[in-house]
Amino acid sequence: MLEIKCPFCGKRSQNEFSYGGDATIQRPQLGEEISTEDWDNFVYFRDNPRGKHSELWHHVSGCRQWFKVLRDTATHEIFDTCKMNEDLNDQ
Amino acid sequence: MQNYSVFSLVKNAFTNHENWEVAWKDPEPKKEYDVIIVGGGGHGLATAYYLAKEHGITNVAILEKGWIGGGNVGRNTTILRSNYMFDSNAHFYEFGMKLWETLSQELNYNVMYSSRGIINLAHSDAQMNAYARRGNSMRLNGIDAILLGRDDLKKMIPFADFSDTCRFPIHGGLMQPRGGTARHDAVAWGYARQADSMGVDIIQNCEVTGFDVNNGKIEGVQTSRGNIKTKKVGLCVAGSTTLLADMLNMRLPIEAHVLQACVSEPVKPLLHQVVTFGAGHFYCSQSDKGEMVMGGDLDGYNSYAQRGNMPMIQHVLTGGLAVFPNFSRLKMLRTWGGIMDMSMDGSPIIDKTHIEGVYLNCGWCYGGFKATPSSGFVFAHTIAQDQVHKLNSDFNLERFHSGKIIDEKGVGPKPWIG
Repeated sequence: MLEIKCPFCGKRSQNEFSYGGDATIQRPQLGEEISTEDWDNFVYFRDNPRGKHSELWHHVSGCRQWFKVLRDTATHEIFDTCKMNEDLNDQ
Repeated sequence: MQNYSVFSLVKNAFTNHENWEVAWKDPEPKKEYDVIIVGGGGHGLATAYYLAKEHGITNVAILEKGWIGGGNVGRNTTILRSNYMFDSNAHFYEFGMKLWETLSQELNYNVMYSSRGIINLAHSDAQMNAYARRGNSMRLNGIDAILLGRDDLKKMIPFADFSDTCRFPIHGGLMQPRGGTARHDAVAWGYARQADSMGVDIIQNCEVTGFDVNNGKIEGVQTSRGNIKTKKVGLCVAGSTTLLADMLNMRLPIEAHVLQACVSEPVKPLLHQVVTFGAGHFYCSQSDKGEMVMGGDLDGYNSYAQRGNMPMIQHVLTGGLAVFPNFSRLKMLRTWGGIMDMSMDGSPIIDKTHIEGVYLNCGWCYGGFKATPSSGFVFAHTIAQDQVHKLNSDFNLERFHSGKIIDEKGVGPKPWIG
């Protein structure tokens, strides 16, 4: 069982959360010329590291806020969590 | 190579079974090979076997960082089926089913193929309609499919919950009678033994640490046991695909996720088919030893850990108990996890790459085991001929740019939701 620290509610068990995937993906800026390759990369291509991974989680059975998590994909250690408008501390 | 038969069994009984030949050798890596297969799982071993048998290429090495059959080929729930609706999948997996049917004879190794049938349960009228459609598509592609009613299923799985009050009543189901199971370890060992007998070097405890690429061409691989030259490399490393692709500067539509499975204590014969629950993600079959072999969803977040987490086991088994309430009294024997190379449309990638001589076999999601023979067959063709076989021509990398994706489940590029 993972224990995830919601930036709004504090540490809660994994059961209260759902996963939202890679947090580093940026949607191409609207209003600018967007190549099909940019769209393909946005929709389908991932970094998929073994180690530290920035990802989105949703406190779906709690405050219902989305937030960022820095987690190790091999050991599941969680290094940091933060609100969506903040940056993860990768130290 | 020694032939396995009842006569060789009797003959060796006289010497207390102490003089059997080794099934495959443990060679030192040579300086150079015609083809190197990275990954000694089912797909890698099958690829080497078909390279030797179908294409006469025997100067081949399989490099395995652990031991052969220690990854997903030893961690799956052994289910075989070709009950797909889309043509690309249907033709590919049905080709595989035909190989499974004669595989024990072909490999002279009992892979314990059991065509016990696979049943997908339906729990609503809409689901019955969807299954009827899929069954018709399968039959149009020459694949066996039977639509079962509630009364048929009462005879086949009488212990399932057919009560009036259950949350997800069983309306019927779709059955592929030729689907079933096979002994997963035997598949790896059978392919290994035959490949070895034709001259393939199976090199275990040999991790690939880098690639020598020059002017867009592969020239060799760097390994924990030294550098090896080659002109062709096939990657068959499932969950570790991205780690190798990173060394080749390839970015792939793949995410690694852990999928768990579990077995109960052995019980007397009860469940004679493979059954999947249609209102959640749970599937089950009974092994020849009597254990209930069960599986379900991914843990739900990116993972390279070959072990899972309890919440998902609980979630999957809750679904299981909804359809088979009598399983509540089974004791659990073991659980384990394997790393799935989840592709963004749920279908595999078997293709050439932007580097000349590097071939890619990945994206098997949770369906790699049943594809072992067909994957090996078409991947061997792709490597030997330097062009894709017609059965894997749709499983290309280009589809993530052209839009011709093969999304059988239609869940979109979020593998943890599927």
